[in-house]
Amino acid sequence: MRVYLTLTRRELATYFVSLTGYVTIAAVALLCGLSFWVMLRTMGTMPFQVPVTELFFQNPMFWFILLIANAVITMRLFAQEKYSGTYETLMTTPVGDLQVVAAKFTAAWLFYMIMWLPFLGCCYLIQHYAQQAGALDPGVLLGTYLGIGLFGAFFISFGACASALTVNQMVAAMLSMLLGMAVFALGYVAGPGFVSGPWRNQVLSRFCFFEQMREFAHGVIDTRTVVVLLSLAFLFLFLTLRVVESRRWK
Amino acid sequence: MDVTPMIEVHRLTKRYAGRTALADISFSVARGEIVGLLGDNGAGKSTTMRILAGFMPATSGTARVAGYDVFHHSKEVRRRIGYMPENNPLHNEMRVREYLKFRARLKGLNRTATRERLDVVLEQCSLTDVRKRIIGQLSKGYRQRVGLADALIHEPDLIILDEPTIGLDPHQIRLVRQLIKNLAGSHTVLISSHILHEVEMTCSRVMIMLRGRILASDTPENLQRLVAGRGQIVAEIAAPPEELKLEWARMGEVEHYEVAPAEGVFQRCALTARAGFDLRPQIFALVQARGWQLRELTRSRHSLEDIYMQVTKPNEEEEF
Repeated sequence: MRVYLTLTRRELATYFVSLTGYVTIAAVALLCGLSFWVMLRTMGTMPFQVPVTELFFQNPMFWFILLIANAVITMRLFAQEKYSGTYETLMTTPVGDLQVVAAKFTAAWLFYMIMWLPFLGCCYLIQHYAQQAGALDPGVLLGTYLGIGLFGAFFISFGACASALTVNQMVAAMLSMLLGMAVFALGYVAGPGFVSGPWRNQVLSRFCFFEQMREFAHGVIDTRTVVVLLSLAFLFLFLTLRVVESRRWK
Repeated sequence: MDVTPMIEVHRLTKRYAGRTALADISFSVARGEIVGLLGDNGAGKSTTMRILAGFMPATSGTARVAGYDVFHHSKEVRRRIGYMPENNPLHNEMRVREYLKFRARLKGLNRTATRERLDVVLEQCSLTDVRKRIIGQLSKGYRQRVGLADALIHEPDLIILDEPTIGLDPHQIRLVRQLIKNLAGSHTVLISSHILHEVEMTCSRVMIMLRGRILASDTPENLQRLVAGRGQIVAEIAAPPEELKLEWARMGEVEHYEVAPAEGVFQRCALTARAGFDLRPQIFALVQARGWQLRELTRSRHSLEDIYMQVTKPNEEEEF
């Protein structure tokens, strides 16, 4: 546990000692702000019945951020260490492979959540100026952040896997972006009637991420989505672990 | 005291796709020894070290460190070694003390032990003055010492250093070499190098590797003896060259001689003795008897380079 915490702390600190971390946060803040501005303009022209957060996530900006930021956050996890050689010094200390994978994932995920803090500021602004008690429900906000966290966990898990597969950070970034887009595109394959169709369609309907994120942003927590996202995250973390272990395979 | 060897390697083989990096090597290293692995680039030194450090598995054969199998008890082995890989990779964005603290925690030291050991290794590796500096801004010599401090921080039984002085200037090399020498007795050290002079200076035993095989393993002195038969004696004597040549020809133990003029009246004689003979007392006696002046009488030591060339030569001839 001590080793895991030490590693996590260091990994998290890496984002803040280089410009990458600050640039990522600034970029996300900018995109969030843009998205927010677009939303405010819409709000000024017509009345709306949905929560502010849901309105925010009807904008594709969130997915844009998720796809790009995930690749930027995760590409360095293993690839950079392998490239610089510090991977060898790390793996010849008495740390377990699981500890390394878990620590890198945790740090990347924590950074990802920190990256979403500017969005909280946007929500606060709405509540402050709307002068309506119900403008922003804490439950809705919680649901939204749960959605952000779960989607982030899934995207970061396969980003970590991509990074473990290569020594080149660019290759890792491209791999994770490709996978992210493929998974996202799956959601468009599934139509609205898929939920009750044959099992294949039902499985596909679980990948309607756009729809599911809207549910989260609406404050609805669908346990099926939670289970699917967590399972996928664990699957990719398991694959990452196997890639890390493969070094010792004969 | 524990008498199990620190390193036991038995019939170790490592193959990469289509290439054999290690071919059936066996050796053992006793506790407290400083052993040098000597060989050209690609001889298999780094591969041997990486296997011993538990970073990669061997294709076949076994390797044990302090009695633990490096493959099956990798964690136990890694707890007992301090490993500095080739090119000494470090986290450039960290400060020296911060980095060493991080490494100590990774190696399982608790807070108190970390603090104690940090002060010791910073002092030992003369890093106290730069402890707050960012590693990326340090000179190569300091960086190398940070790598060494990292290898020493958890007081490992075995220290594995892959090319520890590569790319350093002579002054820095001397410092690092002294540091390694000071580890003798309390630690077992395995160093690799392709600079012959270096292992000769620091190691109690040298293993010469070539294309994944160990060609020779002995003390630098014994390896010297291996080629001692070809040792040369140099004598500078003030005497007429013809008379000197006559004397050397008459002396039965001299196999080959060369006489060349040195400064002034002195002649420089290079003499090769027959195997096992030391010519020096006879030369001294001769000079004394003839009333000549002698200003130099030395036996040129073979550098490891000669030994290396001699040991590796027959094999190369076999192959071509």
